[in-house]
Amino acid sequence: MLDIDINSGFGCDLISDSLCFSRPGCLLLTGLTNIQIIRVADMIEARAILFVRGKRPGDDIIRLAEEKSLPLLVCKRFLFESCGLLYQHGLRSC
Amino acid sequence: MKMEFDIRGMDFTRAGEASARIKKALQMVGMKVETIKKTVIVAYEAELNVVIHARQGTMKVRVCPDRVELTVVDEGPGIPDISLALQEGYSTAPPHIREMGFGAGMGLPNIKRCSDELEIESEVGTGTILKAVIINHPDGDSNV
Repeated sequence: MLDIDINSGFGCDLISDSLCFSRPGCLLLTGLTNIQIIRVADMIEARAILFVRGKRPGDDIIRLAEEKSLPLLVCKRFLFESCGLLYQHGLRSC
Repeated sequence: MKMEFDIRGMDFTRAGEASARIKKALQMVGMKVETIKKTVIVAYEAELNVVIHARQGTMKVRVCPDRVELTVVDEGPGIPDISLALQEGYSTAPPHIREMGFGAGMGLPNIKRCSDELEIESEVGTGTILKAVIINHPDGDSNV
């Protein structure tokens, strides 16, 4: 499930912006852990979600992500640093 | 092709299901990628407006070769000032809704930006009717 290609990154804690400004194939970085972020990620065809600030979604959110075959990742770093590190390693913006 | 969905107020578990099904249907009939993206934005923002602000509502979709027509009717508080509600950043979402990532005040502005035609009628204390048309422009990429 983790052997996938990501073409871009999008960091956001707003549902509307994630819906409008991301693009298919991206890695969505966010601190939002409610079920709607899974629905939005599915609709925008994000390839995976990285939850920042150590946020962990609940079991119902994980189950929905599994149904959608959407990998979920967690890191302890803040959104700004997470985006910066990935950018330094070549991941570009949507 | 026509579809109709019921939307329940405050049901955040099911919110977005209607929009996801609309997207799948548009992909199946081969609508342009740009048309699908715009329709998804309009449908999702309209659906979540009902969930967040109204008691209940319905979303009807009519898919034609050259356009998608969405009509969302809700029972709820209505919108006292539609022009104000269309301003970017204006939101009446309460704090617990903002904590979920909503309430940026971009719902209606995004709907307007993505629609080729938009009508909003509202009556305070009764509800709101939103009608949006997204034209399937021939120069958009076909969905593959």
